[in-house]
Amino acid sequence: MEKEMICICCPRGCHLLYKDGEISGFSCLRGKEYGLQEAVAPKRVVTSTFKVNSSKINVLPCKTSGPIPKEKIFLVMDEINKISVDLPIKMNQVLIKDVLSLGVDIIATKEQD
Amino acid sequence: MVFDCIIIGCGLIGASVSRYLSRYKGNILVLERHNDVGEETSSANSSIVHSGYDPKPNTLKAKFNVLGNKMMSQVSEELDVPFIRNGSLTVAFNDEEVETLNELEKRSHENNVECRIIDADELQKIEPNISSEAKKALLCPTSGIINPFLLNVGYIENAMDNGVKLRLNSEVVDIKYIDNLYHVILKNSEELITKTVVNASGQMSDKIHGLLEEPNYKIIYRKGEYILLDHFNANFVKHTLFMCPTKVGKGVLISPTTSFNYIIGPSNDETTINDTSTDSETFDSLKESAKKLIKNIPYINVVRQFAGVRANSSINDFIIEESSNFKGFFEVGGIMSPGLASSPAIGEYVSELVAKRLGLKKNDSYNPYIRKHKSMKNLGISGINELIKTDESFGRIICRCEKVSEGEIIDCIHRNCGATTVKGVKKRVRAGFGKCQGTFCQEEVVKILARELNTSIDKINYSEQDTNILKVSLKGKKDE
Amino acid sequence: MNSEYDLIVIGGGSAGLASAISAFDNGVKSILLIEKNKELGGILNQCIHNGFGLHTFKEELTGPEYAFRYIEEVKKRNIECLLDTLVIGVSPSKVVTISSPKYGITNIKAKAIVNACGCNERTYGQIMIPGDRPNGVFTAGLAQKYLNIDGYLVGKKVYILGSGDIGLIMARRMTLEGAKVIGVSELMPYSNGLNRNIVQCLNDYDIPLHLSNTVTKIIGKERLEAIETCDVDENLKPILSTKKRIECDTLLLSVGLYPFSPLIFNAGASQYVKTKGAFVDQNLETTLEGVFSCGNVLHVHDLVDFVSEESAKAGKCAADYILNRRGKLNKTIYTNALDNVSYLLPNMIKIYSNLEEVTFSFRVKKPMQKATIFIKDGEKLIKKITKFDLVPSEMVKVSLKNINFLEYEEIDFLIEETK
Repeated sequence: MEKEMICICCPRGCHLLYKDGEISGFSCLRGKEYGLQEAVAPKRVVTSTFKVNSSKINVLPCKTSGPIPKEKIFLVMDEINKISVDLPIKMNQVLIKDVLSLGVDIIATKEQD
Repeated sequence: MVFDCIIIGCGLIGASVSRYLSRYKGNILVLERHNDVGEETSSANSSIVHSGYDPKPNTLKAKFNVLGNKMMSQVSEELDVPFIRNGSLTVAFNDEEVETLNELEKRSHENNVECRIIDADELQKIEPNISSEAKKALLCPTSGIINPFLLNVGYIENAMDNGVKLRLNSEVVDIKYIDNLYHVILKNSEELITKTVVNASGQMSDKIHGLLEEPNYKIIYRKGEYILLDHFNANFVKHTLFMCPTKVGKGVLISPTTSFNYIIGPSNDETTINDTSTDSETFDSLKESAKKLIKNIPYINVVRQFAGVRANSSINDFIIEESSNFKGFFEVGGIMSPGLASSPAIGEYVSELVAKRLGLKKNDSYNPYIRKHKSMKNLGISGINELIKTDESFGRIICRCEKVSEGEIIDCIHRNCGATTVKGVKKRVRAGFGKCQGTFCQEEVVKILARELNTSIDKINYSEQDTNILKVSLKGKKDE
Repeated sequence: MNSEYDLIVIGGGSAGLASAISAFDNGVKSILLIEKNKELGGILNQCIHNGFGLHTFKEELTGPEYAFRYIEEVKKRNIECLLDTLVIGVSPSKVVTISSPKYGITNIKAKAIVNACGCNERTYGQIMIPGDRPNGVFTAGLAQKYLNIDGYLVGKKVYILGSGDIGLIMARRMTLEGAKVIGVSELMPYSNGLNRNIVQCLNDYDIPLHLSNTVTKIIGKERLEAIETCDVDENLKPILSTKKRIECDTLLLSVGLYPFSPLIFNAGASQYVKTKGAFVDQNLETTLEGVFSCGNVLHVHDLVDFVSEESAKAGKCAADYILNRRGKLNKTIYTNALDNVSYLLPNMIKIYSNLEEVTFSFRVKKPMQKATIFIKDGEKLIKKITKFDLVPSEMVKVSLKNINFLEYEEIDFLIEETK
């Protein structure tokens, strides 16, 4: 299998080539790992917002604590959209533990009293 | 219930008629088909209060223009509308045009308007950015600039303060004359009964008149496109600069506005009803024409391009009369330029015709003043600071381009004919009018509107009904 | 609040936060940071996507997380922050006029000012797309605010004009929230966004990017109903035979950002026409002594990390100025952006006692796979650098050190494409 990819680890956007289980074209270790993962089972960090029970603000931002399989993105979005959380919210507070048993949490990315 | 008078249309003319009619005791209703007043020609024009030297002597245009211009100082004071007599200059670039200036000067005397011709030296002195090719100009000191939105809103606000009723989103689809009464039928089938009708429906006026009888004129729609520049330099142009009218047309004008923006335009093209689209060819041709007046216009400061539709009449004069077949049906149609300048005089005149027909008595409690706006212009820094002590919202600037405070926005919502939409706020206090075009403040304006109107942010419309900006939220679905 | 401060920082976003922290750490303790909003963080608060902080923190953060780290540092230092307050005037003598609910309209005196109030999005009035003027046309940033701060989509069928990063980020964001993003048009033959955003925001969701294509008409009376798009020729003129009508209820504009802060220009600082920001020296000082400018109000950055870096420098230089540490001015050299360079900063180099290094930032006019950067003083070559994969969307940085700046009269940057 051969696959060309653009690295998304940083804004540099290295052109990666995956061939027979080997990756080339990266400029850093993160890029290498990304390429190997992307070639076989692409993963992404999902960022979104979640509902807050407050009269002052409607939503706050959140993210997956680590990358999840690409094909699960919309399923995870559905889970995030179901919740509504009371204030206060702490930075990186866990909102959904082990979402869809993917081994990552949904965590808040902003504090709010 | 039978109304004494129903005024159809709440543009500048309908609003002005209603204001002057509120000097009398009567049951008066204004119908407006849009979700706010002054949404068509009244809010997309050159915003110039013409002096009245230009219309042919002895026309209605000449009569009402000259009178309206005179009234404007007092009207703008009463209605708290920014109005500046900045004077106009009609500029000639060759001998033929100088000849035209001479004729115009003569005409100005016939119309009783103060004008004089100045030479190139004086012109350069008072307008340093003008093209060096200018030979002479006709200076008309009584010409002015005004905020047309606030004039329109001021008229109807004042009318409502004095008892007039306004109904928005009320389009008239039929009028029947039964037993000396008019039955005005709205789009929602509601039937309103009135003794008199004033047709001030602008672009619709021939059609509205046609519901009763064939009118003796037709509305001709002429589109005027404009370019609006930011207030980058307070002294770029001080007067309203007109080109000399030629056989080809009137050319374009360049003028400051009361907020010290600069307006360039209008084009003059055939169009259809309420078509306010713009195109790049017109933009280029406006730039090309404007070059003649001022060589280096910094188009980098363009804020937006917009268009308005003039409701010109086929008989090339205002039509202001009671129908001879239908007593109590007053036609105020074909109010083309200089309609803005003429609006107080037309309003006063028509209100008197109506009052006479109905035999209305004077409203002794009539107050010609609206509640003053709490603006920097009216109060000054010390006044605003006094205000902030009791109401902190006047210290919170929402629109950073135009420096509009939250307090001013709240105030424009809580008035008769107050703002209920984002565009309504923009028209009344200029939040969102500036360089960023609302990019920064629109979201805050939506929140203020929702809070003050006691509704949720997704119900706030941009302009008309069902133009809510916020469409969908998937958040917290489980709760619903 | 006092009536005088050593330093006033205008803006509490990424630039303002970094410059205030740095000024403090470099010895200035009397600082007032003024922020228009009710919280610090600026536009980072609505940039909920990740990708921030790789340079600064060596990890990938979301916008609010990146802001949080700086806000915590500001809090640790007890730097005074005046929120909910707009600066409405700056005088040449460094008197700052504010409008605030708490203090009203009042003047505060400063020894130095850092202007860090960010940039504007280009609007549709400025690019003048012909057609109607319906609701439904938004700048990408405004749509982002409605979605990420308020939790609402502004439409369900979306088209995007311009491939700037905010547009790409919003394409993904709106897709995730249930909207259909039909496509993205880019006037130029290359994208203006970062490659990674094309991959993870467009390709991941099969959103097509149409290069050399633009929106030529807006259709719709009250709400947007459709747009017309056209391919453009090499002179960027629409090719009418390629006209296509696309039904949509929303058009997002991601057609560029530009510095917009009349405040310091009204006070007399010079403007650099090419960026629309201030004309500055290597210390980020404007032509108005003691008035500094940094972040997106100076020039639009591609990465927030670079905003923080530049602003920290502005903070330090403001501290050097306030504390009289920079010595006597020996010479001023001006710089010029020449062939293929769309802008170059700093605009001038002021040589105070010992100047060791100057870092230049610039952008190229067109994409170049391989290029040589010539740094010259007239005909005299100062330095030659070869770079790969230069694109207009990325800021390039080049340093000059170990040279005697006093020897030069002017510094010109020229770029030649090499095969």
